[in-house]
Amino acid sequence: MHFLLTRLGAATLVIALKSFIIFALIGLMPGDPVDLLMTANPDATPEDVVKLRSIYGVDQPIMARYFSWLLAALQGDLGFSRIQHRPVLDVVVPALGNTLMLTGTAFFISTAIALTLGTVAALCPGRWQDKAINLLAYCGISLPGFWLGLLLIYVFAVKLGLLPAGGMPRAGEAHPAWAYIVLPLATLVTVEIGGLTRYTRAAVLEVIGQDYVRTAHAKGLSTWRVVIRHVLRNAMIPVVTIIALDFGHLLSGVTLIETMFGWRGMGRLIYESIMGNDYNLALVCLLTTTAMILLGSILADIAYAWLDPRIGLGDRR
Amino acid sequence: MKGRWQRLAADRAAIAGAIVLLGLGLASIAVPLFEDALGVSGVETDLLGRFEPSGGLHFLGQDEAGRDVLARLLRGGRVSLAIGVLGALGCTIIGTAIGTVAAYMGGIIDAVLMRATDFVMSLPSLPLLIILAALDLTKIGFSIDAARSPAVAFWRIVTIVVLLGWTGIARLSRATTLAVLQRDYVVAAEAQGAGLWRILRVHVVPNAVAPVIVAATLAMGRIVLAEAALSFLGVGIQPPSTSWGSMLNNAQDLLVTAPLLAVWPGALILATVVAINFLGDGLRAAFDPRSETG
Repeated sequence: MHFLLTRLGAATLVIALKSFIIFALIGLMPGDPVDLLMTANPDATPEDVVKLRSIYGVDQPIMARYFSWLLAALQGDLGFSRIQHRPVLDVVVPALGNTLMLTGTAFFISTAIALTLGTVAALCPGRWQDKAINLLAYCGISLPGFWLGLLLIYVFAVKLGLLPAGGMPRAGEAHPAWAYIVLPLATLVTVEIGGLTRYTRAAVLEVIGQDYVRTAHAKGLSTWRVVIRHVLRNAMIPVVTIIALDFGHLLSGVTLIETMFGWRGMGRLIYESIMGNDYNLALVCLLTTTAMILLGSILADIAYAWLDPRIGLGDRR
Repeated sequence: MKGRWQRLAADRAAIAGAIVLLGLGLASIAVPLFEDALGVSGVETDLLGRFEPSGGLHFLGQDEAGRDVLARLLRGGRVSLAIGVLGALGCTIIGTAIGTVAAYMGGIIDAVLMRATDFVMSLPSLPLLIILAALDLTKIGFSIDAARSPAVAFWRIVTIVVLLGWTGIARLSRATTLAVLQRDYVVAAEAQGAGLWRILRVHVVPNAVAPVIVAATLAMGRIVLAEAALSFLGVGIQPPSTSWGSMLNNAQDLLVTAPLLAVWPGALILATVVAINFLGDGLRAAFDPRSETG
């Protein structure tokens, strides 16, 4: 409990620091809210500009602007999205749901596949199964996800017309609702399994050499029993950490996939808000993603202690 | 006991990776010669030859503006590979400097540097890269002309991949430096009164360098992918310059009419990154046999 509080405290501090850095960076993006109003209204005079700048507070120094944003944010006012014409929270919440649906599913599928492949490869090191899985993993790591996405779109949407090229499920479309998630999901899973497969293989190989595995074999347990009861249980300790950390990585990497497939999630929202000068929205999106990544690393620590009681919470490393 | 280079030479995958990389690198550097010899161009447009399929001297055909696809791919490769090499170099220099100093100084400096490393590591990398790539350079003191020049666009990508990419190498070189610092020869040098820089230069860096070379190789693979992603999203290399990522961005709109334009740049990115990863793993296995696990 004490551990959890310390970690959460540290995470809050990190998020506060990040919010300032992101705030400052966004301030350096092209244009400011007043410039944008000006382009919409050709009749505005230079006096109007000065007045507007003071109303919006953009003439204030960065620290002052940051603290007024922070104060409002702490009171639950995250501002208004410029491109969506809605309060930021109303935009972010459904997008977060969409992203979690896509990344969550991809996460479970890729973890299941990677654990299986990694274990199989480790059980027959040097044989053809190992080599084939290894090559597959290499390609997965090296593959540009957006390129795979383009090829999938070409084959399944343009050529075969089986699946939609992108977008979200809507009523009255030619494709059933589930069809929209297939291509982004396939892309994400393929990109994700490579690293995890290699990691699982290494962890399983490490455990297989231990004395207790030999003992288990010697006392006549079947191979599968040894693998499941003795090998996997121990090999999972480092792997789970990687899996939890990987979830943050997945959330960050999904930006590209969501953007190219038109999946209305956080990743696409981040891209659109940055490109559309939507400061309030970009800030909240980035902070949400950062918070999820931190949450992943805290979960990794908890899982670590849970799987290996020798490691206490708090006094690791 | 075979030497590290003999071990590397015996690793067929690593050698194949090195050959592919070297071939791509040389072909990209030599692209003007190649263009002159064949009388094709990856820059000049040819409106009568738009979307020509491969044939004659255009080995891979012509693109939507009649430019030779192969020559353009090699020109894109120049930019992509240069960013990969320079970015990996920058990450290595900054990462090694920070890691070595942290390990050597210890105490509060170590703590501050390593917390900063953790901090940068926990940032969402791709969204942050997009922001950094889209920043308005005139707001931090560049003139408008400078901000729009292709050279600045190139160096901006190199800078931002370095800014976010040095962390892994910093951690690694801190760990290896800490291990080296425990060794007797460093203690002996200190006892003889050798100064900080001498110890770092003569004893620590040469002995901690092998794992860093491996990490730098693998970092190059990640940087090539990051550049491709940024240019694909349209915030990286801008026309008239080209990179494999920006060629893919271009090909995305032409997917229905000219799908092959989308195949080549991605295939080259894939080949490059696979080659880099093969080479990196080969180096790891050859330089540090104990770490051979994957």
